[in-house]
Amino acid sequence: MTTLPTATQKKLGLVIDLDTCVGCHACVISCKEWNTGSYGAPLSDQDPYGADPVGTFLNRVHTFEVKAENTPAQVVHFPKSCLHCEDAPCVTVCPTGASYKREEDGIVLVNESDCIGCGLCAWACPYGAREMDQAEGVMKKCTLCVDRIYNENIPIEDQVPSCVRTCPAGARHFGDLADPTSGVFKLVEERGGMDLMPEQGTKPVNKYLPPRPKTDTAPELDVLGPLLAESTDGAGGFFGWLDRTLEKL
Amino acid sequence: MTIQPKIDTSPKVADEIRKTTCYMCACRCGINVHMRDGKVKYIEGNRDHPVNRGVLCAKGSAGIMQHYAPSRLRAPMKRVGERGSGEFEEISWDEAFDLAAEWLAPVRETAPERLAFFTGRDQSQSLTSWWAQQFGTPNYAAHGGFCSVNMAAAGIYTLGGAFWEFGSPDWEQTEMFMIFGVAEDHDSNPIKMGLGRLKERGAKVVGVNPVRTGYNAIADEWVGITPGTDGLFIIALIHELLKAGKVDLPYLMRTTNAPVLVGEDGLFLRDDDGKELVWDLNSNSTQPFDAAGLKPALHGEHRIAGQTVRPVFHLLAEKYLDDSNAAEHVAERCGLKPETIKRLAAELADCAFNKEITINREWTDFRGVTHKTITGRPVSFHAMRGISAHSNGFQTCRALHVLQLLLGSVEVPGGFRFKPPYPKPVAAHPRPHHTVTPGKPLDGPHLGYPRGPEDLALNPDGTAKRIDKAYTWENPMSAHGMMHMVISNAHAGDPYPVDVLFMYMANMSWNSSMNTRGVMDMLTDKDESGAYKIPKIIYSDAYSSEMVAFADLILPDTTYLERHDCISLLDRPISEQDAMADSIRWPVVEPDRDVRGFQTALIQLGVKLGLPGMVDADGKAIYTDYADYITNHQRRPGVGPLAGFRGEDGQGKGRGAPNPNQIQAYIDNGGFWMDHVPEDAQYNRPSNVAYQDWAVERGIYDAPQPYIFQLYVEPMAKFRLAAQGKGEQQPPEHLRERLIATMDPLPVWYQPFEEQGVDLDEYPLHALTQRPAAMYHSWGSQNAWLRQIHGHNPLYVSTDIWIEHGFAEGDWADLTSHHGTITVPVVRMDALNARTVWTWNAIGKRKGAWALDRDAPETTKGFLLNHLIHELLPPKGDGLRWSNSDPITGQAAWYDLRVKIKKAAPGTQTKPEIPAQKSPVGRGPDSLAYGKEWTK
Ligand code: SF4
Ligand code: SF4
Ligand code: SF4
Ligand code: SF4
Repeated sequence: MTTLPTATQKKLGLVIDLDTCVGCHACVISCKEWNTGSYGAPLSDQDPYGADPVGTFLNRVHTFEVKAENTPAQVVHFPKSCLHCEDAPCVTVCPTGASYKREEDGIVLVNESDCIGCGLCAWACPYGAREMDQAEGVMKKCTLCVDRIYNENIPIEDQVPSCVRTCPAGARHFGDLADPTSGVFKLVEERGGMDLMPEQGTKPVNKYLPPRPKTDTAPELDVLGPLLAESTDGAGGFFGWLDRTLEKL
Repeated sequence: MTIQPKIDTSPKVADEIRKTTCYMCACRCGINVHMRDGKVKYIEGNRDHPVNRGVLCAKGSAGIMQHYAPSRLRAPMKRVGERGSGEFEEISWDEAFDLAAEWLAPVRETAPERLAFFTGRDQSQSLTSWWAQQFGTPNYAAHGGFCSVNMAAAGIYTLGGAFWEFGSPDWEQTEMFMIFGVAEDHDSNPIKMGLGRLKERGAKVVGVNPVRTGYNAIADEWVGITPGTDGLFIIALIHELLKAGKVDLPYLMRTTNAPVLVGEDGLFLRDDDGKELVWDLNSNSTQPFDAAGLKPALHGEHRIAGQTVRPVFHLLAEKYLDDSNAAEHVAERCGLKPETIKRLAAELADCAFNKEITINREWTDFRGVTHKTITGRPVSFHAMRGISAHSNGFQTCRALHVLQLLLGSVEVPGGFRFKPPYPKPVAAHPRPHHTVTPGKPLDGPHLGYPRGPEDLALNPDGTAKRIDKAYTWENPMSAHGMMHMVISNAHAGDPYPVDVLFMYMANMSWNSSMNTRGVMDMLTDKDESGAYKIPKIIYSDAYSSEMVAFADLILPDTTYLERHDCISLLDRPISEQDAMADSIRWPVVEPDRDVRGFQTALIQLGVKLGLPGMVDADGKAIYTDYADYITNHQRRPGVGPLAGFRGEDGQGKGRGAPNPNQIQAYIDNGGFWMDHVPEDAQYNRPSNVAYQDWAVERGIYDAPQPYIFQLYVEPMAKFRLAAQGKGEQQPPEHLRERLIATMDPLPVWYQPFEEQGVDLDEYPLHALTQRPAAMYHSWGSQNAWLRQIHGHNPLYVSTDIWIEHGFAEGDWADLTSHHGTITVPVVRMDALNARTVWTWNAIGKRKGAWALDRDAPETTKGFLLNHLIHELLPPKGDGLRWSNSDPITGQAAWYDLRVKIKKAAPGTQTKPEIPAQKSPVGRGPDSLAYGKEWTK
């Protein structure tokens, strides 16, 4: 058993906008390329050119269809990485103390030298956010790019997670969710940011901004009427209208 | 309590960052390649770059896996086995050039047209086309003919440019954006960035696409249109807008040919200088369109020079106000509700006219009138292959451009805005050239924009001059050529056989061809003497693709990180709306194989052949390689492949003598160059004097070229007139009717040809492909990371069809067209037009290709729809070969496909199963742990 800090100074995390995410997987691959050469073991790929290629990813995008009666079906792209939970069951379940939550910023990390590859944390995580690396036998998970966000070898504007920096649609935001003045905090307020599966009691730090209501699911609007105030009827009527309008120009 | 380990939060990232241009797709983003220990460690977007401003897509980040892909070719190769088998022997570059020259030199001396040189995903068309011109063959084009020529050509003829490289929505000011079927791997990052920006600003996004994936998923409104009916839908919008009087009359009078008078023959009325005439209500007389102080009439008939003339707008209003175009009449066919079409028309009008933008900025138009303000219309559109790749695609694209003009939203704030060197009217483009003289260059550039029948590439006996039959009566305005017809025609010897087929980066024996199986047969077919019907095939590619197996000689290309390139203003540059810009690639990694950038190899081959412009009077090479050419070649005096850092002092913009340090200057500047358009030149550019003058200064053209947008396209009227029996050049009888029906100078909709030719009760469904954002055509799927996202491709089936056929999870189906059957796994999808099935494009692979295992899912569960699509229409019983293309441009009509579906026994292998090709590069490793040496 491993204990969680009673409180963290910051709650660093991601805010992901499901209204904007186009499901392009840029964040998935950028995460992979950064992290395979950075903190901890590389993210290996088994059978990469074969029949069943499987590799370790710290971030994946899932796609769902949502179909309610009488509305067009919707498609939601749902990127998922570790949510850096405040009450992280993956930490408390860890028998060696390898999994821990950082006191200063709330990032949940695995100390790989203490990880025995038992996989208990992956079972405990209700989000499936941890993946065992097949080559090294250690547990991998999103580090919130802990080796970028404080990295003095990187220009200050780039000291953000790789997935956030790359997201072409600007659907991923990074910041301190404990700080009411932060951009992410405000975004969550404005857009009704949500916890993923709150019933699990994990208190995720990461938040999701829900898709805005689609206008094609709204009742038909009557906006053509007012625009038709100066109606034209057939080409003959139209040319009359044309003359009147041109007179006024 | 856990004791927190101390970790290094500032590990070293890179030894050096090298800035170049991505080529994981055609989008040309700027990338920062992080080098460590001589290897690529990490690739991120370049924040300063105009295309991607720091972001990068999945493909771009997976560039590492592409660069180190096991499928990379290693050395030139000569075929030793049968064609198609993939058996090769590696040879030296000297041997390769000897062989190529041995085949090509006699062709050039005797019959240059017997070389067909076609390039695929080619970002160096200004070089490759020049090379072909110097060789003297008329048979050159890149892949536009099977991609999006309909969009490009409709854009040039109507507006002076279309979407993507030519121009884009004003993301910062538009309030309503409508996006029609696009490939999510095209203009990739800018569209995603733009959509993100619109979302941030709360602008409305409407996605018009039979399939709701990617961009359409986040659209505020999804219009799940029936394939091939976009033109009907757009014309209905036009009808509703006209009916409501919601069109921008002052804009139409000032910037378009709306007032230009059209005679009974369909041609413009012109004065003695050839200027189009309008009816001036002030003077009650005809006046040249560009005279100042006119009050041009937009309707009304006049008798002039013995004929009745009417303004374009008169014809347009009559045509589109006809009730047959009303929402009620077309909605069902489009798979939509009439109310939806009407509401969308109203929303467009509301945005354009009730949310008008006014910018207080003075500008002067070519009539000499100074305007105090600029009016903006915040509605914008984007479309690409989805509406292009139909046999009615050209007219549909035209309709979309006309819709934009009626709304007054082209080249204005909030609307669609060009990127230099566009806008460029037809007049600023060459005509097609096709006159061959053995041993001499062609008489001019191959590809151009025909002005009328006089520009067709026809012999006096009416036969085609070009192997692809571009610029013939079958497809008179085929501005990008017709690459998809080359192999079929060369095999048939129609219009003539070729000796050498030379291709670059075009997977013609696989996903880049219709009728894939048939093309393989054509490439391997022999005559009675046992010789191949297409005698010699030279191919250049960086990877062991399917096409490699069918070549006799392989010129191995480099990866995109190992090469020089220029993304040139002479070709398809990276400009932004308010800046002209171009960029380079440079070898950020030196090749570790015996490979050369194709463009370098091409220049060296040109030297070997002694092509004019490539050798001096003594036969010595003028350019040693592509970098040398990029630096020193001048297309016109002072104008070369790169516009930046010209002149001896490196200060020249657009114009200036070659600068030996130019490439270094680009490298130092982050791999690109950019020059901003002056403020008073930013809008209304076709008519804006400040822009025209700036464009001349920058070498975009040599004299101002002001013009008006073409609602009505006169060259089309000329072709139609010929079809009606007037004029010297006459079409063959069998094409007259079709020409009259399709060559309408105002956009029309007609039923796609395949639909006209097959029994729709038998083939009730539409089938199409979409491009995923995370995979680029055939390139991506050997990529170790990307193939874990898209490793195979099921057939997505609409809920209606799913239920109709009683499909269940895990089922397979036979999908049959008039041409063939494929057997594939099916998956249900709700967010899909009810009569449509679709799959991802080009995920399927041939066994043995791309250094993949023979049982890779791409080969067992992946498949191509191409097997169902024929390059010819179903025979009509007249003995003629009718190509499955747009009748105006010849664009391949991929999306006209009609199919039927039937449940099949669950399988383990999609069909047809093509026998394996031998891999000249072996197969990839069993595992990867990329970057291990840098981890701790
Ligand atoms: S990069 Fe951004 S838009 Fe693309 S899948 Fe990830 S979150 Fe979504
Ligand atoms: S998401 Fe899963 S792995 Fe991450 S902190 Fe929460 S429980 Fe642990
Ligand atoms: S924060 Fe870093 S580790 Fe986490 S998903 Fe993003 S890129 Fe991957
Ligand atoms: S869109 Fe992606 S693949 Fe294409 S050039 Fe840009 S980063 Fe590269």
